[in-house]
Amino acid sequence: MTAVNFDSLSVGDQIPGLVKPPITRTTLALFAGASGDHNPIHIDIDFAKAAGMEDVFAHGMLSMAYLAQTLTGWVPQSALRSFNIRFSSITHLQDRITCNGEVAEKFEEAGEKRLRVTLTAVNQDGDVKLAGEAIVALA
Amino acid sequence: MIDRSHIGREFGVHTADIEKGRLRFFAKATRESNPVYFDEAAAKEAGHPTLPAPPTFLFSMDMEVPEPFGILQVMDIDLGKVLHGTQEFTYHKPVYAGDAISFRSVVTDIYEKKGGALEFVVKKTSATNQKGELVAEMTRTLVVRNG
Repeated sequence: MTAVNFDSLSVGDQIPGLVKPPITRTTLALFAGASGDHNPIHIDIDFAKAAGMEDVFAHGMLSMAYLAQTLTGWVPQSALRSFNIRFSSITHLQDRITCNGEVAEKFEEAGEKRLRVTLTAVNQDGDVKLAGEAIVALA
Repeated sequence: MIDRSHIGREFGVHTADIEKGRLRFFAKATRESNPVYFDEAAAKEAGHPTLPAPPTFLFSMDMEVPEPFGILQVMDIDLGKVLHGTQEFTYHKPVYAGDAISFRSVVTDIYEKKGGALEFVVKKTSATNQKGELVAEMTRTLVVRNG
């Protein structure tokens, strides 16, 4: 990982993005097990239909994990102070999630140089699935 | 309509062990490519004592209870009508394999929008490690579709 430092970054800079493979039923089965979220709405089509959905759909926390990878692929996790996300719309099977981030603010707080990074996860059509921000502290 | 008297309801503390195998499984399921999260040698090379828990992992560990959706039963909410609205993490200390993390949760708010077609339940959770140090705080908003 190339070291990222505070002074070299400007408001408006993009952080390296991340493109994930299309989400399949296998993705959701594995994530249900690994994440401990066994909500059948994500893995059982009968349950999903009974709940009024057309099919199972992805866990929001799966895409939040993808966004986390975007952050920790850019700076060490120890730099992360907060990470807040709103789940804007449902992520469907075969959606291909792309994660992006942009430096929105540079400030000092708690004796640290910090960045506010706005984050989005969008599908292949550009529909926003997750939006939010992270605060990172950099030397 | 969800009974507003649940605001302030506390949930008993539970403790989850952070395990290497589970961390590797999480890395696999999320197609993590950074070896720090699944290869202990790479983690140590990067200055970690062992495998670190990635940023959203504590959400999963908070579900390591016999009835992870018990909050819904208590409030008479249908699991099939629930969506995840927002999720917030504030980080204080790193979490590693071998840690035992204790979770304490409280319902901090319940409110509605669109004339009650959507209701929102806000749950705040604090996570402390085996040394009693606060490692993270999490806030989750659940959305209930009443429509």
